Amino acid sequence: MGKVFAVVLVIITLVSVYPIIAHTWWPPPTISTTGPSVDHQMDETLVGTGILFISSQLILAGFVWAFSGNGKIKFWPGGAGPVVAFGIVIVGLEILSLTFVGSKVWAAMYMAPANEHALHVDVQAEQFAFFFRYPGPDGVFGPIHADKISDGSGNYFGLDPANDVSARDDVVVGSLTIPVNTAVLLTLHSKDMIHNFYVPELRLQQDIVPGLDIPLHFTATKIGRYEIVCTQLCGLGHYSMRAFMDVMSQSDYDSWLKQQSGD
Amino acid sequence: MSDAPAQPEIHHLTPPTGFIRKHVFSLDHKVIGLQYYGLALAAVFIGMVLSWLFRIHLGWATAAIPGLQFLSPNGAPGGVMTPEYYLSLLTMHGTIMVFFVLTNAPFAGFGNYFLPIQIGAEDMAFPRFNMMSFWTTFVAFLVMMAAFFVHDGPPISGWTAYATLSSVGKDAGPGEAMGQNLWAVSIALFCIGQLLGSLNFIATTLDLRTKGMSLARMPFSTWAWFITACIGLLAFADLLPACILLILDRTAGTSFFNPAGLVVSDNLQPHSGGSPLLWQHLFWFFGHPEVYIAIIPAFGIVAHILPAFIRKPLLGGVRVLVGCLIAAGFLSYMVWGHHMFVSGMNPFSALLFSVPTLIITIPFTVSTLMFLGSIYGARLRFTSASLFCLGFISVFISGGISGFFLAQPSLDTYLHATYFVVAHFHFVMAVAAIFGIFAGTYFWMPKMIGRMMNETLGKIHFWLTFIGVYCIFMPMHYLGLAGNVRRYSAFTDNYLIPLIPVHKFITVAALLTGAAQFVFFYNLFHTRFWGPKAPDNPWEATSLEWSTTSPPPFDNFGGRHMIVRQDAYEYGVEGAATDYSMQTATDTIVEH
Repeated sequence: MGKVFAVVLVIITLVSVYPIIAHTWWPPPTISTTGPSVDHQMDETLVGTGILFISSQLILAGFVWAFSGNGKIKFWPGGAGPVVAFGIVIVGLEILSLTFVGSKVWAAMYMAPANEHALHVDVQAEQFAFFFRYPGPDGVFGPIHADKISDGSGNYFGLDPANDVSARDDVVVGSLTIPVNTAVLLTLHSKDMIHNFYVPELRLQQDIVPGLDIPLHFTATKIGRYEIVCTQLCGLGHYSMRAFMDVMSQSDYDSWLKQQSGD
Repeated sequence: MSDAPAQPEIHHLTPPTGFIRKHVFSLDHKVIGLQYYGLALAAVFIGMVLSWLFRIHLGWATAAIPGLQFLSPNGAPGGVMTPEYYLSLLTMHGTIMVFFVLTNAPFAGFGNYFLPIQIGAEDMAFPRFNMMSFWTTFVAFLVMMAAFFVHDGPPISGWTAYATLSSVGKDAGPGEAMGQNLWAVSIALFCIGQLLGSLNFIATTLDLRTKGMSLARMPFSTWAWFITACIGLLAFADLLPACILLILDRTAGTSFFNPAGLVVSDNLQPHSGGSPLLWQHLFWFFGHPEVYIAIIPAFGIVAHILPAFIRKPLLGGVRVLVGCLIAAGFLSYMVWGHHMFVSGMNPFSALLFSVPTLIITIPFTVSTLMFLGSIYGARLRFTSASLFCLGFISVFISGGISGFFLAQPSLDTYLHATYFVVAHFHFVMAVAAIFGIFAGTYFWMPKMIGRMMNETLGKIHFWLTFIGVYCIFMPMHYLGLAGNVRRYSAFTDNYLIPLIPVHKFITVAALLTGAAQFVFFYNLFHTRFWGPKAPDNPWEATSLEWSTTSPPPFDNFGGRHMIVRQDAYEYGVEGAATDYSMQTATDTIVEH
């Protein structure tokens, strides 16, 4: 029985690891300036933990294979002390290396301020859609009035252009359009539930919380269309809550914005 | 009688003879332990069937499940699950499994039955509290089940019940009216039951140990139940007021979790001043320790069982393993923010929560190394119980490894709320704890019901379950790496559609692994009525529960007071008639 357990465990271990090594299911290529450092951190963690996973499962299999007989009882040479020390040192080193490098990666994404010339886009999340607002030629967002928010009349941000001059030229659209290689600063709001802004290619995820205005900044480096999905359970249509992020050249973006402002 | 123990008499009355007092409203910890175990068994069956239903939906979103329309005509018209009903079943699966299975069985079930016996006591310190604890939990379960039968169905906010989805009321969607109210009331009741139970466990362990049963001589399982009770006393004392605040927000117009300016279903909500993040802080201050409430008893059970089948004491003994469990329990209160890295809290705090989260891997790594080092040089006996112990070590390693990823905010920003998280917590908390429960069942059921379980069926059950859980949960890591978001009732995004075949594979594996559990149910049921009589000590084990009859008499030791002379794991004794020595040798038992 011990040998069967060992063989089955070795097979499980190898089969489990194979898709990771073969990259059978893998993150899509990253398109942000901070994405490569996340991927590097992921690779470091995969190697470190992969070694721990394989070695510990194989040791378990090996010991069960070797000691399933009726032999003489033996005790681990040196007792528990060296084993405890070994565990603390190995895991401690892994923790130290991951923390030092990983903290910098996190800080660059979430703690460093956005570029002062970043393009500002306001994001409103609701059951079950995202809306995006650009400040228009005046460069100023009109204030949000919760009592004027209405899906029925298409006033997703609760704007009051009759009384707020700055709201009159705001551009509200259903997809996020941004220029490539340009810093973008999003301000995330939700009018109802907690939602989330997740673009796998950006390696970025941020909850959008009612009552908070949460900043999120990034720079996309590749032209294309990408999916923005909600990852925070927000109601029955959670699975269908998505929008697109269109990354285009600066000139295409300029003409797109001009076209939207003219409408 | 100089050795006469100064132990208070609990069962000073004669055993009850009426059916109600003997089997229903019993004060006997053994009956209450069996009641908790039975409740967990019913709950795990329901939770498993729910997972089958929504796994079928995830593989084949448009498939009709015959008969489902009778359970919920609105939730599954024609048998095809609606997105909201998917979320309802998901919510109930998580809630039932975490609270009514993973907390009930390894802690309240086995703990109630064996903690007093393992310390040589006649009962728990507060038998009436104990009875109240179970029946409060039972009512909590009924209230939770009632959510299936209310008009708008069970809640859809997940077992974590995040505000504002859970706190604004019916405008939030189906299930967020009476269903969510019932959820909050049920969990509040559950907390009361657990608080009573935890107090009882702590008082019993500290006050009712028999003569010679020093803390250092307590079995691992007793230590684990004691540590878990200490954790539970704080954790459930946090969740109870959180649930009360949630109920007030939902029914009394308060705004603890609801900020101003909420517009739900085009209705401006009459709230101001609350914070949805407050719920998350309160919930996870309970929620992370809850993980340890599920896994630490399983750790203790495995550490208690393994020596009987490797025929030697565990490497490091009580000092190392119990030290690790205490360290993990202590740290469990410092890491709740790792569930909230991307929640909108100050990003600096993510770094602060990350460090203790990574550090908590150290006591668990050391514990695992102690298990591995103990198997070295062993004389392994393969029984259903020992196989599940070995399986526990393997699945705990698998689940623990993925913790390294999720403990880092820089990776959580990609993996958060994906199937990687589902894989992690199922391996490390659910499957590992269930393996501990199975090991405990095969090991202790002969003592609990006085009959031996069928070993062949037990081993078939192990192999199917062991391979099955890897087939279900290992691919979820791959889904997570591909960015597959969890809690989606269908995969309509372009990048998710290619992943549907993996979901189909997982569904088939889940159905087959679930079917394999019927081998266990049959074995348990058959044993209960027709199994061969169990001897007092079938495993040649050493702790006090094996020094009494199977099942034990009403006062546990038939009028004897046990006196403990040595550690609980004297295996591999050289030169003796047997290779083990009971914690209480025969000549040290005092008749009275």
